[in-house]
Amino acid sequence: MNDYNFAYLDEQTKRMIRRAILKGLAIPGYQVPFASREMPMPYGWGTGGVQVSAAILTPGDTFKVIDQGADDTTNAVSIRKFFERTAGVATTEHTGEATVIQTRHRIPETPLTEDQILVFQVPIPEPLRFLEPRESETRKMHSLEEYGLMHVKLYEDISRHGHIATSYAYPVRVEGRYVMDPSPIPKFDNPKLDRSPAIQLFGAGREQRIYAIPPYTRVVSLDFEDHPFEASKADHPCDLCGAEDSYLDEVIIDDAGNRMFVCSDSDYCASRQAQGHRGRLSPEVA
Amino acid sequence: MMKDDAQTPLLRVRGLTKTYGGRIGCADISFDLWPGEVLGVVGESGSGKSTLLGALAGHLAPDRGEVIFDTRAEGPRDTVTMSEPERRMLARTDWAFVHQNPRDGLRMNVSAGGNVGERLMAVGARHYGNIRATATDWLGRVEIDPARIDDRPQAFSGGMQQRLQIARNLVTGPRLVFMDEPTGGLDVSVQARLLDLLRGLVRDMGLSAIVVTHDLAVVRLLADRLMVMKSGRVVEAGLTDQVLDDPQHAYTQLLVSSVLQV
Ligand SMILES: Nc1ncnc2c1ncn2[C@@H]1O[C@H](COP(=O)(O)OP(=O)(O)O)[C@@H](O)[C@H]1O
Ligand SMILES: [Mg+2]
Ligand SMILES: [Zn+2]
Repeated sequence: MNDYNFAYLDEQTKRMIRRAILKGLAIPGYQVPFASREMPMPYGWGTGGVQVSAAILTPGDTFKVIDQGADDTTNAVSIRKFFERTAGVATTEHTGEATVIQTRHRIPETPLTEDQILVFQVPIPEPLRFLEPRESETRKMHSLEEYGLMHVKLYEDISRHGHIATSYAYPVRVEGRYVMDPSPIPKFDNPKLDRSPAIQLFGAGREQRIYAIPPYTRVVSLDFEDHPFEASKADHPCDLCGAEDSYLDEVIIDDAGNRMFVCSDSDYCASRQAQGHRGRLSPEVA
Repeated sequence: MMKDDAQTPLLRVRGLTKTYGGRIGCADISFDLWPGEVLGVVGESGSGKSTLLGALAGHLAPDRGEVIFDTRAEGPRDTVTMSEPERRMLARTDWAFVHQNPRDGLRMNVSAGGNVGERLMAVGARHYGNIRATATDWLGRVEIDPARIDDRPQAFSGGMQQRLQIARNLVTGPRLVFMDEPTGGLDVSVQARLLDLLRGLVRDMGLSAIVVTHDLAVVRLLADRLMVMKSGRVVEAGLTDQVLDDPQHAYTQLLVSSVLQV
């Protein structure tokens, strides 16, 4: 196996990425440029997150990968395999057992601890880009805290839909300073960003940006006084584990178009079922 | 320190010079603008009007000179030497800039209401209902049907776009408005309506403004005082009626006579 350095990247590249991570932690929410490397997988497959994970993993870590909450999608499996092969680290599907969790589109339901690092895969790091495509200008807006434009985006949302319809990548203000795109997690997950005991790292490969939220950092979702932020989800319990507090996926279950709601966090759902929790469509217990 | 508005010019410009690689854009411009006053800047194309306006508004860094603005908080400050954050703060609070081409002054992918509301949100407005009510009011004031509040400017005529740009700029009650050829590129009939509207707003709000134009009819209607520019320099200045009715400089005489021939 060992044609590669530990965790694939060479030590100099890892040092460069670690410096970017440390800078990001020192300036919460600030997008730090870094020299993204070619990874043996296409952009859009989380190369930013993979590089961050590669720079922080140690042989003693236990690694978990989730994609939309699930451990078993092609993307999650291939990233997990990649680090099993190149770093030889232990892997797990259980949130509680992992020390490093790489994620696309979700934050686990099980509360994270000080002993954990959450690594987000980020497609577009710049929250202001939607209305201001010039990077020279958005950089200036960040440095001068000119964030009125973010509310113009939310204003447009309300004027078009009657409410803030943005439900993913919902912008946040970090520690009262930088406005940040939390990556395309559902806004239901936004409150979990706030004052999390875990370190939260964000890697954008194609765009060559790293940013970070240190533990116990204030993260506030932007809103209007008369249209306050709401961490909404489908108004159902999980049909398999009965959870009322978890983010749900809607799944079509037969040709007649019947649907069920299940936890998007598959580890959370399975753990609850193992503990004996039941939902509307759970098999009868004998 | 007590401020005395009657004795402090709103804007005091001294020796303002901007060159483009050795070529003169505008040179050695000095004047005072008093609160509530509208200053017209006229001259043929290429005479340096836009350069002067850009240097005044902080869009272009001048080579030399002072642009001293009577700030609310600290009284007269040279905006050329103040920090960029301070200057940008002025640009979205006490100053406004109306571009000749509304596309340069509007966000074309944002609704009319969002365009008007942006400056409010930039200075901290966080109540959607209030922002919308203010935007609705301002659309009415610039004669745009408030029912169009959610339409994007692309769907508007040139005249409407220009009126929207004006609303977007005036909504926060700026103390100084820079306008570069505000009626340029519009049909004559549309120009007349826009001028009427501008004159009403300037009067009602007691605005101080600097209006750049090559169109003497515009300054005749809007400006209290006039500066005539040629080759980057001011060749004549004075009260609008005096300059237009009794021009002293040969170049001004030419300008005035050419408008009479139209
Ligand atoms: N960006 C630029 N680069 C070089 N020369 C310029 C630039 N902008 C304007 N100029 C020159 O400066 C002079 C004044 O131009 P301008 O201020 O645009 O005049 P006006 O607005 O009166 O038509 C002209 O000679 C013009 O060619
Ligand atoms: Mg011009
Ligand atoms: Zn469940």
